[in-house]
Amino acid sequence: MSLVFSQLVNGLQLGSIYALVALGYSMVYGIILLLNFAHGDIIMVGAYTVYYSMTMFGFHPIVSVLLAIVISTLLGVTIEKVAYTPLRSAPRLSLLITAIGISFLLENGAQLLFGADTKSMNVLISGSVQIGSTNLSLAAIVTIAVSVVAMIILTILVQKTKLGKAMRAVSEDMGSAQLMGISLNRTISFTFAVGSALAGIGSVLYLCAYPQASPTMGSMLGLKAFVAAVLGGIGSIPGAMIGGFAIGLLEALASAVGLSTWKDAVVFSILIVVLIVKPTGILGRKITEKV
Amino acid sequence: MGNENTILSVQDINVFYGPIHAIKGISFDVQNGEIVTLIGANGAGKTTTLHTISGLLRPRTGTVVYDGVNLSKIPAHKIVERGLAQVPEGRRIFLQMSVMENLEMGAYVRKSNENLDADYEEVFHYFPRLKERRKQIAGTLSGGEQQMLAMGRALMSKPKLMMLDEPSMGLAPILVEEIFSIIDRLHKGGATILLVEQNAQMALSIADRAYVLETGTITMSGDAKSLMNDDRVKSAYLGG
Repeated sequence: MSLVFSQLVNGLQLGSIYALVALGYSMVYGIILLLNFAHGDIIMVGAYTVYYSMTMFGFHPIVSVLLAIVISTLLGVTIEKVAYTPLRSAPRLSLLITAIGISFLLENGAQLLFGADTKSMNVLISGSVQIGSTNLSLAAIVTIAVSVVAMIILTILVQKTKLGKAMRAVSEDMGSAQLMGISLNRTISFTFAVGSALAGIGSVLYLCAYPQASPTMGSMLGLKAFVAAVLGGIGSIPGAMIGGFAIGLLEALASAVGLSTWKDAVVFSILIVVLIVKPTGILGRKITEKV
Repeated sequence: MGNENTILSVQDINVFYGPIHAIKGISFDVQNGEIVTLIGANGAGKTTTLHTISGLLRPRTGTVVYDGVNLSKIPAHKIVERGLAQVPEGRRIFLQMSVMENLEMGAYVRKSNENLDADYEEVFHYFPRLKERRKQIAGTLSGGEQQMLAMGRALMSKPKLMMLDEPSMGLAPILVEEIFSIIDRLHKGGATILLVEQNAQMALSIADRAYVLETGTITMSGDAKSLMNDDRVKSAYLGG
């Protein structure tokens, strides 16, 4: 029983990180129909930020964490302004290829600047909590709690605030939103900022579980978060949350039944199954092509 | 033209879609307090003209002067702020948002919330059915209600000039009557309206002046009553 419980908590811990990253994918896709493959690499930059600010500059962990979130946000918005905005009216394929290019640029840039080796650091959160007969790591509890709070704030932001409503309006009908006086540039940048801030939080939470940074760490995490976004229904915010937790739990389940070496294969099989059975995902909206 | 009662003046605009010359040097104007209608068949360039005024498209040559300002360098979302609202063809309301949220989007350009509630009430006064359905998701409304929502949404920006693109499209005749009687009431309440329509009969019946658009050129213009009795208009647009 306690094994099941601790695997469940592991799954939720991993899942909440996937969910935070998947949200960025889904929000950006929802607004400009771009699969932003550079999104995963923002996590890597966030992780290096924490590493260097703690080891080289000796900043307090909290300061480092905040710095990582700020830098991730700025990076996301900068990528959008420099690489994607000029392609606003270009074919979607050009945008997608650009996103892949940015991803390569970030990964290789990091390798050039920081070296190809893995940088290990001290654990950010240590200790454990005894619940019943089970020992739960404090890091897992903090991760789940932070993610849930971030998601609640995001939901309020999107549902209740003026900018959040503008975001939904742009994502539904860009032309009509412009006729309401909504600035596309501002709304799209805001979306990238929010998505990247969530990735920044995700990177910190990831470090709580695996305290190391490497140039390619973002790519596998990013891909799995992408699978989570597709599973939940790309473009859907609650879908990304559900998809993230589902993928995390499935991975934990796979490990629990002794398939831990196969867990990546399990995740990507889900992508294949979703694309065959229900390409719009769990909560995805129907694509209605306008004639 | 150019007198201070002119809210909109379109001067010799040419608009292209790639190599296609869609609008070929048309000029027209709208005076404060008027309903002016632009009638013409499908593909005549009516929507293109409206999109050029609201900044979604740009003319290659010619100017659009609204409220004394040349709009050529002003981005679309800034044009709305100046009081020029467009109710787009096919309504284009936000189907996944509630009726109330759609109206809020209409009020997006406002700097303050002053009089906001009074203005919602005014919209509900013109469209009582929207009040009943304010919490409903807009996608569940009927076609006529969606048209009402699109118009109510535009009203929320407190427009000085409201442009309506084919408000009768896809609606049953009884709803067309209803929508046009509301347009008439809006006009009597002081609104200035530029109405684009294929339904020439209805449009001419409520308009002050009209322009006939054919394949990107204005072929006739004049006051609505006399155009209604014009033989060419009758045979081409009013079914003989």
